[in-house]
Amino acid sequence: MNAGPPGAVPPGLPPGLPAAAARLQFRDPARARALGEALHRAVDRAVDRTGQPVTVMHVCGSHEQAIARYGLRASFPQALEVIMGPGCPVCVTDVPEVDEAVAMARQGLTVATYGDMLRVPGSGPSLGDVRGEGAPVEVVYSVADALALARHQEVVFFASGFETTAVATAAALLDDPPPGFQVLSAHKYIPPVMEIIAEMPGRRVQGFLAAGHAATITGSGVFEAFCARHRLPVVVAGFEPLDILAALVALVEQVARGSAEVDNRFPRCVSRQGNLRAQEILWRVFRPVGGRWRGIAHVPNGNLRLRDAFAHRDARRQHPVDPASLCQGAPSALAARCVCGNIMAGIAAPTDCPLFGGACTPDEPVGACMVSMEGTCRIWQQYGGQVRLGREPPLLPDPTGRTA
Amino acid sequence: MSLDVCPLPARGPSDRIRLREGAGGQAMRELIQDLFLARAVHVRPDEVGPRDMDDGAAIRLGDGFLVMTTDAHVIQPAIFPGGDIGRLSICGTVNDLAVMGATDILGLTVAVVLEEGFSRADLERIWSSLQDAAEEAGAPVLTGDTKVMRRGELDGIVITTSGVGLARRVVRSRGLHAGDQLIVSGTVGDHGLAVLAARAGLGLEGALLSDVAPVRALVAAALEAGGEGIVAMKDPTRGGLAGALSEMIGGSNLGVLLDEASVPLSEPVRAAAELLGIDPLIVANEGKVVFAVRPEATAAVLAALRAQPLGTRAAVIGTATVERPGWVVLDTGFGRRLVVEPEGEPLPRIC
Repeated sequence: MNAGPPGAVPPGLPPGLPAAAARLQFRDPARARALGEALHRAVDRAVDRTGQPVTVMHVCGSHEQAIARYGLRASFPQALEVIMGPGCPVCVTDVPEVDEAVAMARQGLTVATYGDMLRVPGSGPSLGDVRGEGAPVEVVYSVADALALARHQEVVFFASGFETTAVATAAALLDDPPPGFQVLSAHKYIPPVMEIIAEMPGRRVQGFLAAGHAATITGSGVFEAFCARHRLPVVVAGFEPLDILAALVALVEQVARGSAEVDNRFPRCVSRQGNLRAQEILWRVFRPVGGRWRGIAHVPNGNLRLRDAFAHRDARRQHPVDPASLCQGAPSALAARCVCGNIMAGIAAPTDCPLFGGACTPDEPVGACMVSMEGTCRIWQQYGGQVRLGREPPLLPDPTGRTA
Repeated sequence: MSLDVCPLPARGPSDRIRLREGAGGQAMRELIQDLFLARAVHVRPDEVGPRDMDDGAAIRLGDGFLVMTTDAHVIQPAIFPGGDIGRLSICGTVNDLAVMGATDILGLTVAVVLEEGFSRADLERIWSSLQDAAEEAGAPVLTGDTKVMRRGELDGIVITTSGVGLARRVVRSRGLHAGDQLIVSGTVGDHGLAVLAARAGLGLEGALLSDVAPVRALVAAALEAGGEGIVAMKDPTRGGLAGALSEMIGGSNLGVLLDEASVPLSEPVRAAAELLGIDPLIVANEGKVVFAVRPEATAAVLAALRAQPLGTRAAVIGTATVERPGWVVLDTGFGRRLVVEPEGEPLPRIC
């Protein structure tokens, strides 16, 4: 797809309508139909070559949001399965990390965090629960909000998110933050967990869609070694429906050819080398360490922790708590039936879970996937849970006569 | 490698009332059915009573019906872009009467409960706005009540209005047949997004205005043009268009096919919804009506609506079908998905 620069007005449209033009460019159902047909052809070829249905994985809650929001799965070929992997940073934040934040809040330290994180329970209560008991927990929309709070008091910013948001946290730490500002990092780094998925026994995944916003930072080149090592293709994708369809066509065409290359289908934002300044900031502040991702596994180099030079900003070192002492026993009978881990690993779908939509809802989540706006279960619940709708003809006559 | 279960503790059912029990969705309907309707009266089959869970009640009076309804308003902030709790509390009741078919409004009652310390200037503004809306709606305020509670016992102001009107024919919210067309009287999502953006301090307030308005004249014009061809009406308040459509097909063996490209949206709503990640189909409107219309009446109803100041952007947005009974299916232009009635309370105190 030749998208052109963002905001550019396509030929034939009046000038002065950049927003409307951008919508037409990336949300044009007529172009989606053409891409949908290309996707069907590519899937047919891939099935011919491999003798099995095509399964690909994306690793981003925003991709799942767009797929569900625009009803894209209803237009996918029956022989194509697009599954969501561990693409929700709040969902993969591990129990001891939540427990640490809860313990700090209970000690009277002001803990600032993103709204989604509030309702994720640790081994015991969630940050929201202890806020209800009077512990100082503040919801922030960005690290800038946390910095503003820290101008007047000591604040522990419980920071979650992948390399995209980690850069913002790193930049804040390098920009002479207020003395009371500390970070409890639950930041995660996506490339290593793709290795885990690729090495899973019985893996069905034949290729990955990589998240465009993360690749804006890391560059598409970060996936080159991965492709070569695992003989799996990776296509970088943006978040508009046409971005996703175009990237899927490119990915399935690679599966059909048996190739395993990095293909950047989000070139209006992503380059091969990425944002070098952001990378420099990220790695100056954080170092990758191994750690558990909730429900999945120990991920070598999957967690981002503050380097020694920032020890004085590291809440983990300034206010050490022993997470083991906080654990409040075995999970409940209901939680034991939750298949969240398998869903995040891409082995199960939300509809495979006996709790989905019944005992587990956004209001009363059992698993972390139902808590966050980026969690697979939450997204499926928001958009009806049944994703395999038939391919019926358009509902209303198309006034422009574009109906295929 | 072993994959462990997700180790979250589960929470038991609550023995306390939760916010979602006032959110207009399934949880609220369950509370009403399980508790409030347990000993509710029965009415004659041609009348509408509490068990019908419609927008109001209708009882026989001569050769027509007396329609009555009541509505409590708790919106935060009380003064919001495009309106205030005074205008809202008139429109809430007038619109519930209108969508039952009662466009001849006999009178309203207004009960105001205030918190000690509430600004007198704000109260004067709210009251003036309430009177203006009542005049605009042709709905006289006939009596009322005033209470003040101690500071902290109430958040600012609560206004409860009740109304009675006359209808020649009662139009229920349910009454659809397969093939009926669905018309919305204008853009959707304006009220909810205006209130939410004001609360979040997004700086979009100048562009985003609540649509709060009395729809009595709009409904009267539609009924005049469509007659018996209008089979159901509903005002899409809490739960938005999605919630209204779910209620309209509730308990029937019908589904709705909704065409997203046909749903009217203002540009500020489109932009704010995108920015906030909120689906404009599920947020409240306070000056809109959804009509279910026999196909042969569609053109006349649409023309009549578009001739009204509040109906210039009226549009056919979908059809009632026997496909996927009980579900609203959205054709996005890219594919199809289900539209789910919002559960929980994404936007508390919206009306």
